Amino acid sequence: METTAIDMQANNEAIVIRLAGDSGDGVQLMGTQFVASTAAAGSDFATFPDYPAEIRAPAGTTFGVSAYQINLGAGPITTAGDAPQVLVAFNPAALKVSLPLIARNALIVVNTDTFSKRNLSKAGYDEDPLQSGELDRFQVVAIDLSRLTLEAVSEFGLSKSDAGRCKNFYALGVLLWMFGRDLETIERWVEQRFKKSDLLKAANLAALRAGNAYGETAELAAAVPQYRVATATFEPGEYRGIRGSDALAFGLAAAAELANRTLMFCSYPITPASPLLHRLAQLGELGVGVFQAEDEIAAVCAAIGASYAGAIGVTSSSGPGIALKTEAIGLAINAELPLVIVNSQRGGPSTGLPTKTEQSDLYQAVYGRNADAPIPVIAARQPGDCFDVAIEAVRIAVRHMTPVMLLSDGYLANAAEPWQMPNMADYAPITSTPYVRDDAAADGASAAFRRNPETLGRAWIVPGQADAMYRVGGLEKDIATGNISYDAENHAQMSQLRADKVDAVADFIPEQSVEVGGTSGRLAVVGWGSTYGSIFQAVRGRASRGVSHIHIRYLAPLPKNLGALLAQFDRVLIPEMNMGQLATLLRDKLGVDVESLTKVTGQPFMVTELEAAIDDVLAAIGAQHVGTQNERT
Amino acid sequence: MNAPEKLSAKDYASSQEVRWCPGCGDYAILKAVTQTLAKIGARPEKTVFISGIGCASRFPYYLETYGFHTIHGRAPAVATGVKLVNPELDVWVVTGDGDGLSIGGNHLLHTLRRNVDVNVLLFNNEIYGLTKGQFSPTSRVGTRSPSSPAGSIDEPVSAGLFALGAGARFIARGIDTDKVGLGDVLEAAQAYRGAAFVEIFQNCIVYNENVFAAFTDKSVAADAQVRVEHGQPLIFGKDRDKGLHFNAGSLTLEVIDAKARPDDVLVHDRTNPVIAQLLLAMQPPQMPVALGVIRQVAGTSYDSAFVASHVTQLARTKSITDVLRQTNTWRVE
Repeated sequence: METTAIDMQANNEAIVIRLAGDSGDGVQLMGTQFVASTAAAGSDFATFPDYPAEIRAPAGTTFGVSAYQINLGAGPITTAGDAPQVLVAFNPAALKVSLPLIARNALIVVNTDTFSKRNLSKAGYDEDPLQSGELDRFQVVAIDLSRLTLEAVSEFGLSKSDAGRCKNFYALGVLLWMFGRDLETIERWVEQRFKKSDLLKAANLAALRAGNAYGETAELAAAVPQYRVATATFEPGEYRGIRGSDALAFGLAAAAELANRTLMFCSYPITPASPLLHRLAQLGELGVGVFQAEDEIAAVCAAIGASYAGAIGVTSSSGPGIALKTEAIGLAINAELPLVIVNSQRGGPSTGLPTKTEQSDLYQAVYGRNADAPIPVIAARQPGDCFDVAIEAVRIAVRHMTPVMLLSDGYLANAAEPWQMPNMADYAPITSTPYVRDDAAADGASAAFRRNPETLGRAWIVPGQADAMYRVGGLEKDIATGNISYDAENHAQMSQLRADKVDAVADFIPEQSVEVGGTSGRLAVVGWGSTYGSIFQAVRGRASRGVSHIHIRYLAPLPKNLGALLAQFDRVLIPEMNMGQLATLLRDKLGVDVESLTKVTGQPFMVTELEAAIDDVLAAIGAQHVGTQNERT
Repeated sequence: MNAPEKLSAKDYASSQEVRWCPGCGDYAILKAVTQTLAKIGARPEKTVFISGIGCASRFPYYLETYGFHTIHGRAPAVATGVKLVNPELDVWVVTGDGDGLSIGGNHLLHTLRRNVDVNVLLFNNEIYGLTKGQFSPTSRVGTRSPSSPAGSIDEPVSAGLFALGAGARFIARGIDTDKVGLGDVLEAAQAYRGAAFVEIFQNCIVYNENVFAAFTDKSVAADAQVRVEHGQPLIFGKDRDKGLHFNAGSLTLEVIDAKARPDDVLVHDRTNPVIAQLLLAMQPPQMPVALGVIRQVAGTSYDSAFVASHVTQLARTKSITDVLRQTNTWRVE
């Protein structure tokens, strides 16, 4: 079959597809299955689901549209893509919501059966866009998806609603044909998924095959174009797809395995952090305990109790919940107990935008506690990276006996990508300062507060250990015994110790590296967290013009070489999904002069936005250079 | 292995100097607790005292066991986390009326209804002591304090009725200076598998002295207290001549002449929630104050259910390496 030419100006190596429909249309399922076939065919990909905030929004409404975006092709693919070049719209509302997002000359597949007067009016269309000429600049493939699906499964005698539910598999069949994908991966999945119902299994397979045949049918080949998408060059190895929140869950469980301790995850449901709770609840075989507490405060307190008793205590929330946990984090600091606090950030303040992504809790993480109460803060950048960051968070918490804040966000929690399986033998065991009892530690209390001079982590003595009983709490404690101390000099020493301990983390973390470009140049684009993918793509084509991408994982303490590294660049640009928090942090900690590029729309940066901003800075530098030269001449 | 040596009450006292006000009821409670620990032969390394904030919450520092002085109102939540990880530990929560019923009311509610196997000792002195004398959630209407100079206007909460409403399966009461009665209650609470809630009437000598004198003072105690015992008639009084009678017409308890009408005296049944409700609601001077184990029913403790319901009883039966492969995977050569 010939590849039908479609004008993909930006990049022929990759293509962005958006699937959109009602919550009940099975769009998310269709998307994840399409991705499975993409993975099997060797393309790189990144995906992002766009759910409605309402649980069951009325069918056919614009606010009830559920979408799934996939960017696939030759790697590295690091974002779900800016403007989709292919849109599958299951109803008028899905079309209406997606039109402003898609590329100028995109191909649109619509289910014409849903374009009734009633549905058009629900979507806010006065005129049928299929007739009005509104879609003239796009290529439109109109398919009677509902009718064709019913025909394809008629032999099975399903109810009309059950039969209608097969239409996502019919559409998937069409899509798989358009991209020349094998049906086999999906067929295997359908067999597994519907193994309890031969009827549903047969019907969905029939719909899938009928959709695929529809594309192949000679007279329609002209209408339904076929794409050949480039494959990516992956490092040899074993791969799977991974979602950020799943990688985070696996990483926490892996860390507990490396520490040979129980993972006790204590949490209270909150959007968008709950997928982590749900995934960990499925990981019992890894010795993971999950406790759903009565509120955010109880969740963090139970996690602290768990750590006190010797488990890896972890709590998780989003910004408003983290605010509630703050006092207890101070307790863990004072008691010198390990604790990991995961913050899946969302738009704020207050309840804010629960389903939209933002990275506006950096101040809260680094500075947001009463008194001098520093803790290490690290941030994940990509879905697969969440695995390593989770291990690192636990490692720091246990090694230094401190709470650690791990920053993720709503985008990372739900985004997915291919991921090379980790080799656990590559990870060092996670250990704490050992319990030593000798003459210098005459009693249990002083044994508990002997600290490793390099990590400043104390011995992790847990109840049950004979002859090592100690008392500890939120009151300022004696530096050697943990007993209450109001001594002025002792408080000064303890405050210094808490600061030194977090500083000591910098001795154990890697130096800051450069993701793209040289270690010096005209412009450093510095990011943190989930903006990684967009910044990476935007800088990739500009490295030859003296632009580099630096992405910070360790936000507190910062890598020791970061200041010196940034000094090697003429300018520093910091794109962030907040009002400029990393910019403030770097000004504070490093005294550097940086420019801030902020976006607070609840949406990730588009690559094109960053490219334009970088080009503006480069143009300004160029003009400056010219100006300076003129002055000299 | 040698049998563990028998410890005396003073072996459970830590080296820390006790810093409550002279004459504070907390001293008596501390003594009753160490005596109980000695009596039951508690292993110090397997005993954990967890407290919140307030005068009562200094308790853990004075005991030679594991101790965790946490934050205001949250001790039950911390204790829950400890029990999830190690259900074998004997965990005591020490709290007060402000800590447990005001700022921490939510956690107390959920710890009781879940039936986490902890012993909750709520020292009720009807006042905020550590913050210098403001009215508390158990203070009676009209309590004059620095924050209520004209007298407080809030209706107080009854600790016992709160616990009953929360679904507590063990509810008991004692008085700080009543060494025998309090000791019995502490022993019963410790033996109970589940959340054991003990309200201790504690005299704050500085900010609320003698607030319980109407039923604790030696001169009136016998007539103003009823010590309940499972299966025994509810009789009290200096001459053991008063009894509690259940009036089925008005659904209330009334005091009758126990000697004249011995068959009409209600027999205590600690498993009956209606009796518990009636006993906990009694207030002086019209009625005696009920002391002892008012409610006790067996139930599954949360921490044991947590482990039992877990797919592997919290054991690690698979490695992360295996679990990561329980999905579609593919190889790149």
